[in-house]
Amino acid sequence: MQNPQTVLPPITERSGILRWLRHNLFNTWSDAILTVIAASLIYWLTKNLLTWAVTTAEWDVVVANLRLFMIGQFPLEQAGRLWVALAFLVFLTGNSLAIWDRKSYIAAFLILGLPVFLIFLPFAPQTRIWLGVMAAAGILGWGLGYTAPQSVKRSVAIGWLIALPVFILLTRGFTPAVADVPNTPITIVPTNLWGGLLLTFLLTVVANIFSFPLGLLLALGRRSELPIIRWFSVGYIELVRGVPLITILFMAQLMLPLFLPNGQDIDRVLRAMVGMTLFSAAYLAENVRGGLQAIPKGQFEAAHALGLSSAKTMYFIILPQALRLIIPILVGQFISMFKDTALVAIVGLFDLLGIARTVLSQPEFIGLHREVYAFVSLFYWGLSYVMSYISQRLETSLGLGTR
Amino acid sequence: MNDTNQIIISARDVHKWYGNFHALKGINMEVNKGEVIVIFGPSGSGKSTFIRTINRLEEHQRGEILVDGIELSHDVRNIEAVRTETGMVFQQFNLFPHLTVMQNITLAPIQVRNWSKKQAEETAMQLLGRVGIPDQAHKFPGQLSGGQQQRVAIARALAMQPKIMLFDEPTSALDPEMIKEVLDVMVELAQSGMTMLVVTHEMGFARAVADRMFFFDQGQIVEGGKPDDVFNNPKEDRTKLFLSQILSH
Repeated sequence: MQNPQTVLPPITERSGILRWLRHNLFNTWSDAILTVIAASLIYWLTKNLLTWAVTTAEWDVVVANLRLFMIGQFPLEQAGRLWVALAFLVFLTGNSLAIWDRKSYIAAFLILGLPVFLIFLPFAPQTRIWLGVMAAAGILGWGLGYTAPQSVKRSVAIGWLIALPVFILLTRGFTPAVADVPNTPITIVPTNLWGGLLLTFLLTVVANIFSFPLGLLLALGRRSELPIIRWFSVGYIELVRGVPLITILFMAQLMLPLFLPNGQDIDRVLRAMVGMTLFSAAYLAENVRGGLQAIPKGQFEAAHALGLSSAKTMYFIILPQALRLIIPILVGQFISMFKDTALVAIVGLFDLLGIARTVLSQPEFIGLHREVYAFVSLFYWGLSYVMSYISQRLETSLGLGTR
Repeated sequence: MNDTNQIIISARDVHKWYGNFHALKGINMEVNKGEVIVIFGPSGSGKSTFIRTINRLEEHQRGEILVDGIELSHDVRNIEAVRTETGMVFQQFNLFPHLTVMQNITLAPIQVRNWSKKQAEETAMQLLGRVGIPDQAHKFPGQLSGGQQQRVAIARALAMQPKIMLFDEPTSALDPEMIKEVLDVMVELAQSGMTMLVVTHEMGFARAVADRMFFFDQGQIVEGGKPDDVFNNPKEDRTKLFLSQILSH
């Protein structure tokens, strides 16, 4: 009889490009044929696109309007504040990566290396200096997170909590503009000058952050035993889900003033934010409800049997499990909300898409639709992909050892 | 057996309907402090439903249930008071999968009894020692075997220092080799003087520690008495038939 200890584990597959190719693309005759067909198809489909992108396309339109795409009509004088706000976010990102996701060197390298890479592009000297500041902030944050003890987690969490208010405050400014007095770097910038990626970003973040608690309450309300609360929640959810986002945005822009006392006016950007938040909350409520329904009845019973009240059962037992289950769905919703912000262009705000339309209406850039929309799409895709990547990391880090 | 005969659970004429299905048809039972009661019977006989009415996981629609002097009514405060004094162990364990073993056990003492984290964790470690798995405190339930999970569930219920323990088929979902480790814990608990209501078909357990046992069928108590009497001289034909079926193999 063989001694069990002498049995070796199976030999692990050797790696290598040739081996990979052979194993995955040319394993059998039919595989090889399919590979060749697919490769030629891809070549045939993308050849013209790539040729266009590197030869005929006039990318000058993007280069010349880059600032418009990024921040819209935001005055150059005050733009330094935005760089500071961005540096804060980069710092927090680097810090969090080092603390929570130490092993994803590739992500850290990409995110921290991006500003360094951008410095080598032919930007204006001032922009390059700011990019240097970004790189420094990111690397500083990462280094601090890597060397600091785990106890700094809390302060990083607080940093993220105040990130949005800080960002909005820095975007808005502090002192009102006074006629005949020159503007300073901290003069308030009215929201009609906010635009481009800046506005898209703010709309997305505000709508997603504020719709979350609202959606949570609606989801719980829909399961409430009190009929009034339940009816209200069901009514709200079904009503909002039954109309397109664009009508809600129009209503917020055109009809809201009718309900307000004379002379009162609410900022147009704020109206769009409120409209999107209210819209998103209804969908979020249904997603959360789905998560709640997936939790076995035994979990409620076990918690109740221990004497936990309904509220504590929800908070400690049910919601943590339900929300973890629906992370992929939530991220999907966040991403679609990000793309839906493009609709505000139709009600006259200058987000990324709105700016694209303005750029195209400039006489010297007429007819360059392809270049402009390709650039804008690429931006939407890149940011959506980043969100999706974060969600995947979150799932792996939360899912470990829990089931 | 308890000498003082102080009644801790009193159920009088308890009825329960699911829609038109009459699940409990007038159950009467009095349980003394420190007694171990075994409830058995065919599936659908209402035995689980009955012990679940005692901590109000199921609502009874007629009759009266008093637990430690508190009447179970629609009053949420009464319900929570009874649940605080009553521990329950489920067939499917129902541990909280997102919390560690330690957090599973300390959550309720901290949140309901307002214990300090330190006090709760010390008690939890003692209890884990008592159920024989002190080294698993920082694992998640999913990393434990069924028998270990059920012992954690017992420790979790005991952490609230209940006066009564309810067991709803605690070994039915376990592999045969794990049944014994759970039963051992239950026997030890019974010998320590805990008041226990156990729904189970483990007749060895009943013979060893039960003070009284009740046979349920079709929502009624068919007969009850000391294990010796029920096993050796069952009065009703239904009891005889059922016992012969579960003891035959």
